[in-house]
Amino acid sequence: MLTIDRATYDAIIAHARRDHPDEACGVIAGPAGSDRPTRFIPMLNAAMSPTFYEFDSGDLLRLYREMDDNDEEPVIIYHSHTATEAYPSRTDINLAGEPGAHYVLVSTRDGADADGTPIDFRSYRIVDGEVTEEEVRVVERYTDSSIPE
Amino acid sequence: MAIEVRIPTILRTYTDGERAVDASGDSIQALIEDLESRHAGIGERLLEDGEVRRFVNIYVNDEDIRFTGGLSTELSDGDTVVILPAVAGGAR
Repeated sequence: MLTIDRATYDAIIAHARRDHPDEACGVIAGPAGSDRPTRFIPMLNAAMSPTFYEFDSGDLLRLYREMDDNDEEPVIIYHSHTATEAYPSRTDINLAGEPGAHYVLVSTRDGADADGTPIDFRSYRIVDGEVTEEEVRVVERYTDSSIPE
Repeated sequence: MAIEVRIPTILRTYTDGERAVDASGDSIQALIEDLESRHAGIGERLLEDGEVRRFVNIYVNDEDIRFTGGLSTELSDGDTVVILPAVAGGAR
């Protein structure tokens, strides 16, 4: 299960809508081992494409260095699909390189790029080519009891 | 010649969980051969048809080797090499 606070959840959706029809992407970092996504880091989609996303290689290095320095890890890696469902594509599965991360997909298809419309927000684990969908629990804020077990 | 190589999470199965290992070589090509000799299997995860895989990034002292000569990028004692899988995907 992914537990995420409302502000971060909303920020991911806002980013996906802002970049529509291109795919949006980013990371929510959190303290290593906590499974708690706390630091929202929208990334530039260097591919600037409606069907592909890729972090710029320089941005990627800076991001990982920063997380290392802060003793953080990528708790969530998110991106949007802008014309298809919020489910990992074959490309997403082949390229998933963080077995410990929650892969969040948001779909802005069928008018969901407009503010205030319903939007699909789903989360998956992707390990060794295996996709497992998981429940998403949105909390107003993190408390001790919202620490995932 | 000792060069520190930072290993990403997904490849730590080849390094007994180590986040960084020492390796040697006067070029990235030689370094990868040395890594493979110590951590069998890792080479194939980095190379395909004799080239660095499209979705693997390798940096020498913070420079992406795509811009410094690829596999022939020269290395000196004390250099730091970072390996990071691309974060990429999409509906395509």
